[in-house]
Amino acid sequence: MADFLQQVVSGLASGAIFASLALALVLIYRATDVVNFAQGEMATFSTYIAWSLMNHGISYWPAFVLTLVLSFLGGAAIERTLIRPVEHRPEIAIVIVTIGLLIALNGLTGWIWGAEVKAFDSPFPNDTWEIGNVAISQQDVGTLVVTLLTVAALWAFFRFTTLGLVMRAVANDQAASRLVGVRVGWMLALGWGLAAVLGAIAGMMAAPVLFLDPTMMLVVLIYAFAAAVLGGIDSPIGAVVGGLTLGVIINLLGAYVDFVGSELRLPTALVVLLAVLLIRPQGLFGHAVVRRV
Amino acid sequence: MARWLPIAIKAVILAGSVVLIAVLPRYMGEFRLSQFTFVALYFIALLGLNILTGYNGQISLAQGAFMGIGGYVSALLILGRPGLELYQLDPPGWLPLGDGMTPVFTIPIAGLVTGVIGVLFGIPALRLAGVSLALATFAMAVSMPTLAKRFESVTGGGGGIGLTLPETPFGWDISTRHWLYYEAWVTAGIMFLLAWLMVRGRLGRAWRSLRDGEVAAISSGVSPALYKTLAFGVSSFYAGVAGALLVIEVSFINPDTFPVSLSILLLASAVIGGLGSLGGVIFGALILEFLPVYSQDPPLISADFSTQAPSVVFGALLIAIVFVLPGGFAGLFRRLGLTITKLASRAGQARTRPAPSPSDS
Repeated sequence: MADFLQQVVSGLASGAIFASLALALVLIYRATDVVNFAQGEMATFSTYIAWSLMNHGISYWPAFVLTLVLSFLGGAAIERTLIRPVEHRPEIAIVIVTIGLLIALNGLTGWIWGAEVKAFDSPFPNDTWEIGNVAISQQDVGTLVVTLLTVAALWAFFRFTTLGLVMRAVANDQAASRLVGVRVGWMLALGWGLAAVLGAIAGMMAAPVLFLDPTMMLVVLIYAFAAAVLGGIDSPIGAVVGGLTLGVIINLLGAYVDFVGSELRLPTALVVLLAVLLIRPQGLFGHAVVRRV
Repeated sequence: MARWLPIAIKAVILAGSVVLIAVLPRYMGEFRLSQFTFVALYFIALLGLNILTGYNGQISLAQGAFMGIGGYVSALLILGRPGLELYQLDPPGWLPLGDGMTPVFTIPIAGLVTGVIGVLFGIPALRLAGVSLALATFAMAVSMPTLAKRFESVTGGGGGIGLTLPETPFGWDISTRHWLYYEAWVTAGIMFLLAWLMVRGRLGRAWRSLRDGEVAAISSGVSPALYKTLAFGVSSFYAGVAGALLVIEVSFINPDTFPVSLSILLLASAVIGGLGSLGGVIFGALILEFLPVYSQDPPLISADFSTQAPSVVFGALLIAIVFVLPGGFAGLFRRLGLTITKLASRAGQARTRPAPSPSDS
C-alpha cells in the first residue's frame, strides 16, 4: 500500500508536468484553433535559457522568473512574426509552420548549447518526507505545488481581470470581439506568450528529472497531446485533469504491469490517445464538435 | 498551340529524367550512387505522403515510422527463421516468416503489410476532423523506436539485425550497388505510374473533393471515412515499399534506422517539393537527401557549420515556403511553365494577327 501511494504521488508529479504543457496546447488551440507542434521545443529552448542564466551565476528563483519573462516575449514574438502571416490560411498551413518551428528550434538549441546532456538544478531538496511508512519525494511535491499555483494564477487571471475576460472573448468569437474594439491580434500574441510561459514552467520542472538535452520535451509533448485529448482539446480544466490522470495511470501501469514496464509507457500514451479518439473524441470535458453545414 | 505545349513539355521532362536516371551511374562513384538510391526511396515515400497530404489534405507525421514497419517486414522475410536463429532471436511461432526470401520479392509484401497496418491505424485516427491524425501519427512516430526495442525477440532490439548485401541477379555484369540503384529507380517508376493512375481517376477526384470541400463531397456520395482511410492505407503502402528498399540498401536495421526526425523531415520535404503535385516530389526527395549534406558543409563558401545546421535550414526553408511559395517548388515551376505557355501563345497569335486585341492579355 505504501508503495502504491508513493507511485501515485510520483505519477501526480509527472502528471503535473504533462498538465502544464497540455494547458499550453489548449490555450493556443482555443486562441488560434491550431495545435502547436513546436510547444515542446519552445519549452526546451526556455529551459536552456534558464540553464544559461544559472550558469552565469544567477540563483534559481530570479533565473526562473527571468526565464518566464523572456519566454513570454518569445512566445508573443513567434505569434506576431510567424503565425500572423498565415492566420487566415487553411489549418494545414498553420500546422506546417509550427512543424517548421519545431525543426528549426530543435536545431537551434543543439547549435547553441550542443547536444550533450546537461544536469539542471532543482530548487527542491532531494529528500523525502516520511508520512507513516510512505516516503514522499519533496521534488515531486514541489513540482506539483508549482504547477497547481500556476494553474490557480492563470485561472484567476482569466476569471477576475478585464484582460482575461477580453482574451476569453477573443477565444469565443473573434469577429464580435473585433467589433467591440478589441485588438484581436495582440490578444492572440498574449495567448502565445502565456502558453510559452506554461511550457517554460513544464520544462524547468522536468529538467532536473529528465536531464537537459535538445530532445528532452519531445516525449513530454506526446504525453501532453494525450493529456489534452483525454481532457478535451478545448478545455483548460480538462488539460489539468487529463495531465494528472495520465501521469498516475502511466506510472501505475509502469510499476505494476510487467508487460508495460518502463519501456511501454510512451506507447501506452499512444493507446490512450487512440482510445479517446475512438470512444469519446471530445474528451472528458471538451465540447463535441458541431459542424454547421 | 497552347493546348499541347504543356503536355509536350511534361513528356520531354519525363523522358529526359528517365534517360538521365539510366545513364547517371556511368558518371558516379559508389558513394554518390548510394545517395541517388536514397533519392529514389525518398521519392517513393514522398509520393505516398503527397497523396495523403497533398491530394487528401491530411497531415501524417509517421511516414518514417511506417517505413520502419516495411523495413522490419522486409528484413525478417529476407532472413527467415533460419537466419533469425543465427541472431538467437525467437520470434513467436504464429508469424509466417518462411525460410528466407530473395530481397526483391519482399518489397511488395512489405508494402502490403504496412498498408494494412496503416488502414487499421487510420480507422481511429481519422475520426476527428482536422488535426487528430497529425497528433496520433506524431505519437506513433515517437513511440515506434521504443516499441521496436521492447519486442526484442522479433526485432533484435537496439542491436538491430544485419543482412548480407544481395548479389546482382541474372548474371548481369554490374556491381551490387548498381543493381540496387536500378532496383530502387525501377520501383520508383512503377510507383510513380501507379500514383499517377490513382490521382487522375475517380479515386483522385474523391480525395481532392474531400480536401477542398468535405460537405460538398459527402453530399455527392463520397464517403469520407472510406476514402480518407484508403488514402492513409495507400500512403502507408508507399512507405512500406520505401522502407524495404532502404533496409536492402543499407543491409541493416535497428530502431534508430527510422527516427522521429525522418518522419518530420519527410513531411517538410513533401511541402517544400510541392503539395498536390506528383512531379514536385522529386524536388522534395533531392532536398531531403542533399540539403543536410550541403548545409553542413556548404559548397563555394569555406565554412563548416554545426551538425545542427541542417535542421535550422530545413525549418526555416519550410516556413519560408509556406509564406511565399505555397505550391512548393512544383508551384514555382508550374508558374514558370504558365508564363512560357502564355508567351508562346502570344507569339503564335502575333504571327497570325499582327495587331492583338487588348483582351488577350
